[in-house]
Amino acid sequence: MTEAPEKYVGGGVPRKEDPALVTGKANWTDNIKLPGMLHMAVLRSPFAHARITNLDVSGALEQPGVRAAYTGEDLADYWNAPMPCAWPVTEDIRMPDHWPLAKGEVNFMGDAVAVVVADDRYKAQDALEFIEVDYEPLDVVVDMEEALKEDAPLVHEDLESNKSFLWPLEVGDIDGAFERADVVVKERYIQQRLIPNAIEPRAVVANPEPTSDGITLYSATQVPHIVRLMLAAGTGIPEQRVRVVAPDVGGGFGSKLNFYAEELLATNIARLLGVPIKWVEDRSENYMATIHGRDQIQDIELAATSDGKILAVRADIKADMGAYMQLVTPGIPILGAFMYCGVYQFDAYAFYCTGVFTNKTPTDAYRGAGRPEAAYAIERIVDSLARELDMDPAEVRRKNFYEPFDEPTTTPAGIQYDSLNLPMVLDRVLEMADYETLREEQKRRREENDPVQLGIGFSTYTEICGLAPSQVLASLRYGAPGWESATVRMFSSGTVEVVTGTSPHGQGHVTSWSQIAADALGVTPDDVEVLHGDTASSPHGLDTYGSRSLPVGGVAVHLAAQKVQDKAKKIAAHMLEASEDDLEFEGGQFSVAGSPEQNVTIQDVAATAFAGTNLPADMEPGLTADTFYDPPNFVFPFGAHICVVEVDTETGKTSVRDYFGVDDCGPVINPIIVDGQVHGGIAQGIAQALYEEAIYDEDGTLVTGSMVDYMIPGAPELPNYTLDRTVTPSPTNVMGVKGIGEAGTIGSPPAVVNAVIDALEPFGVTHIDMPASPMRVWDAIQAAQDGGDA
Amino acid sequence: MREVRVKVNGRDYEREVEPRMLLVHFLREELNLTGTMVGCNTSNCGACTVLMEGESIKSCTMFAVQADGREITTVQGLAENGSWHPMQTAFHEQHGLQCGYCTPGMIMASVSLLQENPNPTEEEIREGLEGNYCRCTGYENIIKAVQQAAGQTG
Repeated sequence: MTEAPEKYVGGGVPRKEDPALVTGKANWTDNIKLPGMLHMAVLRSPFAHARITNLDVSGALEQPGVRAAYTGEDLADYWNAPMPCAWPVTEDIRMPDHWPLAKGEVNFMGDAVAVVVADDRYKAQDALEFIEVDYEPLDVVVDMEEALKEDAPLVHEDLESNKSFLWPLEVGDIDGAFERADVVVKERYIQQRLIPNAIEPRAVVANPEPTSDGITLYSATQVPHIVRLMLAAGTGIPEQRVRVVAPDVGGGFGSKLNFYAEELLATNIARLLGVPIKWVEDRSENYMATIHGRDQIQDIELAATSDGKILAVRADIKADMGAYMQLVTPGIPILGAFMYCGVYQFDAYAFYCTGVFTNKTPTDAYRGAGRPEAAYAIERIVDSLARELDMDPAEVRRKNFYEPFDEPTTTPAGIQYDSLNLPMVLDRVLEMADYETLREEQKRRREENDPVQLGIGFSTYTEICGLAPSQVLASLRYGAPGWESATVRMFSSGTVEVVTGTSPHGQGHVTSWSQIAADALGVTPDDVEVLHGDTASSPHGLDTYGSRSLPVGGVAVHLAAQKVQDKAKKIAAHMLEASEDDLEFEGGQFSVAGSPEQNVTIQDVAATAFAGTNLPADMEPGLTADTFYDPPNFVFPFGAHICVVEVDTETGKTSVRDYFGVDDCGPVINPIIVDGQVHGGIAQGIAQALYEEAIYDEDGTLVTGSMVDYMIPGAPELPNYTLDRTVTPSPTNVMGVKGIGEAGTIGSPPAVVNAVIDALEPFGVTHIDMPASPMRVWDAIQAAQDGGDA
Repeated sequence: MREVRVKVNGRDYEREVEPRMLLVHFLREELNLTGTMVGCNTSNCGACTVLMEGESIKSCTMFAVQADGREITTVQGLAENGSWHPMQTAFHEQHGLQCGYCTPGMIMASVSLLQENPNPTEEEIREGLEGNYCRCTGYENIIKAVQQAAGQTG
């Protein structure tokens, strides 16, 4: 143990996670080998919509090494209920039954039909080809607007409509504001469907526990606690006999925030056969059977005065659910409901979301989940307003910003932002980008008819994260609370164990939580061990998503550590025969104010707490504390981004030349980690803006079915990021912290697309959809010029 | 079944395997060298990158039998006498990883890149790593790590 330690919160403590990861010693789910373990493979539908008229697995059973094969009918008795959707957003929502294996009908390409269990994964995969299936193809619908028509093919006949729900929100005199307005801009944006692409595919190992008749499920998941709840409910195994372990998990981005059929199937079969069952997804399965993100049509209207003051925003969204509801599918667009008003202050706001079924892979949370869509729409249309009024995009934004505030302030959507200071981040990013010089360069290149044009794009954003106050979640019909738990224990030697309910998969919680506990207890991060991701060691938790880990889970760690410090202080006072009020705690040492020679270290206190012989009257031995922290509000990180692109107007190719971002997430625990989160977030936003799109043909076949066909940007496609931060503490929690995991992904897509459109202004281009691929850009130029000529 | 003899991370192995067994599964399942991962099966993501005879290859698109008689280095064989390879240190110090799943492949590709071009420009590093996807970092810190390992000020 180090003596007299410094403060660690705010410092760039190198990550404790890294040694195992850089040496190949991490423990991924696919590394797990258990005695007697068999391997499961899943037969998936090649059709987007079909009736199964014949299904026979007997051929597979004759194959070498095959131990079992099952259809949905074979396993139906082991399912308590259909696969759960925990967020039925309206009372009258239409939700289809979603079974782990199809019962008579498949509804998207990749829908699971049957499973084989064999000695190894090759044999299991081989045997799938010997399953006999007859499909009677049914009419397919892949387009949301087609799906909403009267005579559209029905994804689910029994629901009698492809419309799942309509979710409205209306605040203020919307019609009046639009009537009063000098200017109304109205646009339609397409949020293309994205494939999350965590580099680790999903994987599951289900191990039956014969002594308890329970199950241990290892899963590459972000949400072991939620999986435990769902697995217990789905199988009827009592919750206390279900242990779920998320070992090292290789990225998630929301795609592992779910309860998937394979987790239930592996559990069912492990119990039936009495042996461990392993399933590992391959990438083409991942593209079909792990959730997708986005896929919305956004019709947005903005009313303003002639000097650029926004009066009202009306957003009418269609959100593609895909063929089924996964864990929180319908709730994703609703997370955006409160964000289409962005960082702008006005009085009237309306939001409508129609959820639509199509014969495609279900959508669900993908980094940002509802908020990138909202930020994109408002930031695009504010640029349109600037164009309409011939104003600078920075100025039209500035004109509508809130005055900076640090106490909760009600927004047009009726929620309360915690603290914002947009003028500060905008000023800073303008300075970093040297905005005036950029505009001069742009002007010069326009005048010279440079074939490569410069574009400067803005985004000023906030986002709702730190999910979430349990009461608010309940009022939105979300089926889980939003608290987080932590336990902090100091052992007799003075070392510390932190137990957290968050479940990291790249975010560095082990390091950050160690810093928080180290500061509270006067030890070093190396003296702290963080336990997570195993419901046996961390029984209470609600896991990692929605940029909730620090503002909820990290705060819980801080509060538990403070409780330990409080108890330690009482013991120290007793040991020093001093009044608690006279004690100071610094550098891991309690001393009497004014008499520093009278002191005890926290390690002495820990030993005393353990020994139990010299404690204040009525005090229990031990130095441990639990916390359940339920936040009173969300947190709202914010920022201003400027993207600088060069667009080759002859080929349509866009290159991001520079990317400037000033983000504010309150006080930072570890700047290295925060910068890394912002880098990765911006990269995924650029990926949506310029490169990625999941494409289905009219038969519902996923055309971009592998990494060969789906354009993930690599190192050559992405820029360096020029970043800075401001610090506006959140009044929501005692640490003042806000989440940062999704902010980059939320802020960046509109900055990039606004930049592309800005570059093409001389051609009269005012709109382009994502991804702004060379073809789309080239087409937009041609179309604008044709239109101009006509 | 076919016999495969390989030297991996300095140690000789002999195994009987199916001719169709992928090298990455051979390393992971037969030799228990689970530091090398599978990410895509289509040779795009590079999570399975190892060195064969000193050159980087993607072990998910090569059969184990094709490695017969060859010498292979995986991320688990990079450290020498308990000291990390400078590339491992650089990834740690530059925060060139988050979830870490792509990291072994990314490190092996980076080691190979510097062997071929000890003093690359940023553009050469970016081009040199185009066959390795990272979904977490946005690549900037990976580039800095390679620059650090190359002795450039990162």
